[in-house]
Amino acid sequence: MGESVHTVTTMPATRQPGCPFDPPAELLDARRHGPISRYTHPGGKPGWLITGYDLVRSVLADPRFSSRKELMNVVDFELPPAPPGEFLLMDDPQHRRYRRPLMGRFTVRRMRMLSERIEQITADCLDAMEETGPPTDLVTAFAKPIPTIVICEILGVPYEDRGSFQEQIDTFMGGETSDEELIAAYTATQEYLAELVAAKRAKPTDDVLSELTDSDLTDEELRGISLVLLAAGFDTTANMLSLGTFALLQHPEQLAALRADPALTDGAVEELLRYLSVAKTFMRTALEDVEVGGQTIKAGTTVVLSYHTANRDPERFADPHVLDLRRQHDGHLAFSHGIHQCLGQQLARVEMRVAFRALVDRFPTLRLAVPAEEVGLRPETADIYGVKSLPVTWDKGRS
Amino acid sequence: MTPLRLRVDRERCIGAGMCALTAPEVFDQDLEDGHVLLLHTEPPRAQTTAARMAAGACPSGAITLHEPDPDAGSS
Repeated sequence: MGESVHTVTTMPATRQPGCPFDPPAELLDARRHGPISRYTHPGGKPGWLITGYDLVRSVLADPRFSSRKELMNVVDFELPPAPPGEFLLMDDPQHRRYRRPLMGRFTVRRMRMLSERIEQITADCLDAMEETGPPTDLVTAFAKPIPTIVICEILGVPYEDRGSFQEQIDTFMGGETSDEELIAAYTATQEYLAELVAAKRAKPTDDVLSELTDSDLTDEELRGISLVLLAAGFDTTANMLSLGTFALLQHPEQLAALRADPALTDGAVEELLRYLSVAKTFMRTALEDVEVGGQTIKAGTTVVLSYHTANRDPERFADPHVLDLRRQHDGHLAFSHGIHQCLGQQLARVEMRVAFRALVDRFPTLRLAVPAEEVGLRPETADIYGVKSLPVTWDKGRS
Repeated sequence: MTPLRLRVDRERCIGAGMCALTAPEVFDQDLEDGHVLLLHTEPPRAQTTAARMAAGACPSGAITLHEPDPDAGSS
């Protein structure tokens, strides 16, 4: 058996019942066999699946692996290149053209300066929960509105326009939509963003999109950048907040420790990022033959990188499947690695630190309002994992 | 003993902020363009562990460490 390479034939569609926070059993099994497995893409193309922390990290840092959408060798037809501005699926120098003008807007310092505003937005959400509940759906009352309001304010999306495109972005991030619905949602969002870009050009306001109009970026590029910032800015953090709350409620001793000790908050956020890794997998394509973990990845072959499984690698993390808010962190892959590492990660950190802290402080008796197995989960096919809704309740008066 | 020396490469920097998050006494980010700013080329002793961690955490390899030459002296 020593020479044979483990093979994973299909990406599992669901997680093990009763294990909503763990990678699917097939992926954990693959990691047990070794950090790299043979894999067949859904379109039948041969590929590789990488589940080991060190190998995932090395591929992400390796310029011989490409992010370009048109090079993804996963289906039996050619994929078009990413639209202008959608820089996640591009390599340098195109990627850099779009990332550079944004870098100064998402620094550690700038994001910390937003703390007070995020505290206010969070307090407003919690006030509304107290007025109308219990019970409430934590996704719609808390997890979605906080990052949505924040990224809209940063980008310059008027408050009253939020609802419509949030629905559309939900449609194409949910993982359960027909192609027709997907195209309709994408088109509607593009139309909205075209109007928004035109409005900022005509009358710049104090926000990132207005600033970007003062550059050589075209309208089409600005639409693409805006879409990336909006989708990345709220679907990821929203799912971390809701799935993270679910995870805390299922680990009462950890929740109690967090509630008792505000100094645990920053570490708790890093541990929830590692443990949940809601951006589960990304792909890269080899530009030349590359040796990875003793296997040769042929030029043109696409590899699937499981961040979630890598963040549970027992060779990297002691007791990797244990949620331990006191764990000392020195590098998880939840925000990726390499030149595509999350641009908005410092914003996400501030949002999560503020929001989790305020939630546990405000509602000491917070608990699920339904049995845990009835909490609806996104399918593994969704780009970002999470709960569909999270019914919670608490003791009124004591909050 | 020669101290730890650091170098940063603004061209490689992608503004992720891991350095400023991990070792804020040693690194900052340019307020305008987000690129790495090196506050101490030779970080004080108390900061060398954090500086090493920041170099390891940098996603784009924009921070290089020049370790003290072990033959240059002993403690």
